[in-house]
Amino acid sequence: MSEDLIFDIKRYAINDGPGIRIVIFFKGCNLQCAWCHNPEGISGKIEKMFAPAKCISCGTCVEVCPEKAITLTPEGILTDGDLCTVCGKCAEVCPTKAIEMSGKQMSVSEIMETIEKERIFFDQSGGGVTFSGGEPLVHTKMLIELLDECGRRGIHRAVDTAGNVSSDIILEVAKRTDLFLYDIKMMDSGSHQKWTKAGNGKILANLKAISEIDAHIIIRIPLIGGVNDTYQNIGYTAAYIAGLAGNKKEVHLLPYHNIAQHKYSKLGKLDDFETLRAPDNETLIRAIAKFAAYGIKAEIGG
Amino acid sequence: MFEKINPHTTIPERPATTEGNFYESKGKASNPGMNDRIRKLRNLSVETTPTLSIERALHETSFYKENYGKFSIPVLRAMNFLDHCQKKALYIGEGELIVGERGPKPKCIPTFPELTCHSVDDFHVLNTRDMQPYKISKHDIDLYEKEVIPYWKGKTQRERIFSHVPEEWRAAYEAGLFTEFMEQRAPGHTALDGKIYRKGMIDFKNEIADNLANLDYINDPEATDKAEQWKAMDISCDAVILFAERHAQLAEHLATQETDSRRAAELLSIAEVCRWVPAHAPRNLWEAIQMYWFVHLGTITELNGWDAMNPGHFDQHLTPFYAKEIAAGTLTRDQAKELISCFWIKVNNHPAPPKVGITARESGTYNDFTNINIGGVKGDGTDGTSEVSYIMLEVIEELHILQPGNSVHISAKTPDKFLNAASHVIRQGHGYPSVFNPDIYILELLRQGKSLSDAREGGCSGCIEVGAFGKEAYLLTGYLNVPKILEVTLNNGINPVSGKIVGIQTGDPLNFKSFEELYTAFLRQLQYVVDQKIRVSNYIDRMFAKYAPAPFLSVVIDDCISRGKDYYDGGPRYNTSYIQCCGLGTVTDSLAALKKHVFEDKTFSMDRVLTAVLKNFAGEELLRQTIINRTPFFGNDDDYADLIAVQVFNDLVDTIDGKPNIKPGGKYHLNMLSTTCHVYFGKVMGATPNGRLAGKSISDGTSPSHGADTHGPSAVIKSLTKIDHVKTGGTLLNQRFLPGLVRKEADIMKLGQLIRSYFTLGGHHIQFNIVDTATLLAAQACPEDYKDLLVRMAGYSDYFNDMNADLQQEVIERTENDSF
Repeated sequence: MSEDLIFDIKRYAINDGPGIRIVIFFKGCNLQCAWCHNPEGISGKIEKMFAPAKCISCGTCVEVCPEKAITLTPEGILTDGDLCTVCGKCAEVCPTKAIEMSGKQMSVSEIMETIEKERIFFDQSGGGVTFSGGEPLVHTKMLIELLDECGRRGIHRAVDTAGNVSSDIILEVAKRTDLFLYDIKMMDSGSHQKWTKAGNGKILANLKAISEIDAHIIIRIPLIGGVNDTYQNIGYTAAYIAGLAGNKKEVHLLPYHNIAQHKYSKLGKLDDFETLRAPDNETLIRAIAKFAAYGIKAEIGG
Repeated sequence: MFEKINPHTTIPERPATTEGNFYESKGKASNPGMNDRIRKLRNLSVETTPTLSIERALHETSFYKENYGKFSIPVLRAMNFLDHCQKKALYIGEGELIVGERGPKPKCIPTFPELTCHSVDDFHVLNTRDMQPYKISKHDIDLYEKEVIPYWKGKTQRERIFSHVPEEWRAAYEAGLFTEFMEQRAPGHTALDGKIYRKGMIDFKNEIADNLANLDYINDPEATDKAEQWKAMDISCDAVILFAERHAQLAEHLATQETDSRRAAELLSIAEVCRWVPAHAPRNLWEAIQMYWFVHLGTITELNGWDAMNPGHFDQHLTPFYAKEIAAGTLTRDQAKELISCFWIKVNNHPAPPKVGITARESGTYNDFTNINIGGVKGDGTDGTSEVSYIMLEVIEELHILQPGNSVHISAKTPDKFLNAASHVIRQGHGYPSVFNPDIYILELLRQGKSLSDAREGGCSGCIEVGAFGKEAYLLTGYLNVPKILEVTLNNGINPVSGKIVGIQTGDPLNFKSFEELYTAFLRQLQYVVDQKIRVSNYIDRMFAKYAPAPFLSVVIDDCISRGKDYYDGGPRYNTSYIQCCGLGTVTDSLAALKKHVFEDKTFSMDRVLTAVLKNFAGEELLRQTIINRTPFFGNDDDYADLIAVQVFNDLVDTIDGKPNIKPGGKYHLNMLSTTCHVYFGKVMGATPNGRLAGKSISDGTSPSHGADTHGPSAVIKSLTKIDHVKTGGTLLNQRFLPGLVRKEADIMKLGQLIRSYFTLGGHHIQFNIVDTATLLAAQACPEDYKDLLVRMAGYSDYFNDMNADLQQEVIERTENDSF
């Protein structure tokens, strides 16, 4: 049975597919979107997260660190990244959980056990499980095992993906997925490369491919002011979606918000928030109208 | 229902002038309501500051001076009631359709010196306190001091009770191990079934006359007592008929002076209604509502019972009248809604009578806990919703006033359409309606020995407590401070706050070798405290049966008439005494912390934990944080803690449930209600081993400790349903949601599905606080208590506590702009 790195599991998720859901977040992504809301999901390795506000400067972590990588300062602790082996001993002893390790190896059966806890809510609401990340599709083996197991148990399966993988993977996944939450960022591959560190060739091709096999797809577009909320990009996107085969696509627009800022600082990462902003209301209204003009129902929120 | 406690958890407390100023006011206008009449009546009700009326006390004092000793006690009580109904100042306000006030005008509340007599000092406090004042003039205070106080000195129920309680009880009571309801108000707490819509007071008088005629003075040793009870009941029926007749006369008189011919016609209609009910069974919707209202007023004027009075399944009772009139074309939907709105405002006109003594200094609540049950199932087990149910939801949403409290009852048979309509009202953020599960509470009632049809006609009154409507006295006797019992156990019988002995010696905890030894000691202490509580509750119960019977209430509760027994004396078909157990979350988490850190992992010694607790964790922040963050707490769907909760719960049931009270067939049962007593109970306690600081409130109802549940509402529901709610007479689950979690139609549907999930798993009750800015600010100031506060952001949910200060500020501002 496979194991893989999971960085979060959210229960009572009500915006990631139909009904009341549980969301499993895989750690590790093959895009690096500048606006990422889950920056701890980007790296495929265990990472140390530190929340200074919770630190009571007790020094317990300093004592247990086998590499002597931690020093206590008046502003909390400092970890020397060169010495730290991410062994997690500091997080184990931190009394306030100011230090937490992001990412936990979990097996299929462990994850299934957690999913099963929510079954009554699935049954009552037509909900199920949503695999998200990170990018679940780069965790192919584990994802497929989980999808198969959920299928055997009659649990509705959604996969939240950016689709930046080879087409045989996504087609294999599609065989055992009830709903794709498919992210599209922008139509111009150059700016896609600039903002996410990858072009959009595979993404658009895969969307086309799973549309042709009539997969159930909800398209989600994070709208970031000054990045992809231009009239032109929205128009191209609408036209592209309108041209897709298969059943009619729903579109969810997710207006950018700098909610994840604290996560960046916890990870000790810099962010690009200076240049990113929420799209204004007018843009959102215009975007919805544009999609409507192509016969596509777009709504705000996921 | 309150003692020394802060505002209620179901309904946000507001100063009178801003009452109704909630999230997302639908009416846009500052004064909502369906039409001008309702807007005016609502406005008057909301804007009027509560006042005290000494009229009832003056009537009663002079009546007692004149008549005490001339009659049997029941007859004396009934005559006293009749005397007041004859003399009391009446009120028919401009535009009113439903008439009658407990005092001389809206929001004017009488006192009940025979139960507890306010002192001059009490009145000054009530007059001047910031929260929930009750205004009274200097003239009235002087008159009270001269006429009322001297007569009742030493004769009130409260004084009699306190002069007779044993020392052990007093020590435990003063330590805050439990409270005693019946020292402030009469045991009340019941709701009505449908009989008053089928029978008038004349019918009841005929039943009484038949019984009197057939009384067997030769063979029945209780014949004389029964005769006195029946005479008293008969007099009390006359009292309310007379009270109504006086309203009819006043309405006719007002009609002759009225220049507006439409209003004059309305006044004549009022006269006709008041002349027909409550003497006869109502013939139409207007009469049905007025019938209930007179009965309500009668019961709350006769005595001052806890939780006022309650119409029970009001929508079900009104539906036959509504359906008949709609079919006949004699009533429109809007007219029905207007009458129901008038009734709603009438209830809001009646704040709870204020407490006396030390408790008057504490803020109480204006809420008197009439709880309208909407939906549910009918006596034959079929779905109970009707168009009237939907009208009531509209009235609740439009008026959004403090009273009456209201609840929706969602059985598996209840249509989703109704649940969804109720969810929309919940979303408004008033804290109501609360949501009940008839499929479970019917089982609770059956388990307590009710017949199937009596159980199905039962429901919930007050906060969450279950009873067979119209057939049961289910008296709340007081709250039990379960975490305090653990605290006393950990101090071998001593209250660490005062240093006094308040319990029994159950052993020095430092010598406990295992968790089981500790738990056994806790159980012994629990049994001791419960015995103290029950001993005095039984005594007080008898005091009411003997000295403060309620003949009018007895008329409307089966089988008081046929048994010839008073409501307080075993007259009702069922007689339950409830003890409300508080702090399941706090005690579970404290036991989990000791089990894990002291006995299993040996992270800390018992000595160190207990010393830290006694010092309120001063200098032991590392220990405290370790406990808070490294202990499995109740409410996270984690069996480690949840199974401790189940064990504590089962032992509470074993200790309390089924103990006989002193009425024939009557038993003690428990429910898991805290109302707001968890605040008071927290104040009388030092720190607890779960990391809770001294003086902080303990957990409410069956909810997890504040901030202990970090896995969202579905995990809380899973934890909560590991306990068997059927063994209780009610549990209480509070859930806090931000408005953003229920913004879209799909979200509201999911809220309903969450409720269905909880109820499918066996939950009794759930209520939602769609939190406002004040809470968010409090969450910012005290994040530890709000770890469970979920915030919906663009695209995903997060815990408010996990956000940085700026983002929190942003959420606060945004929420206010968007939604409040």
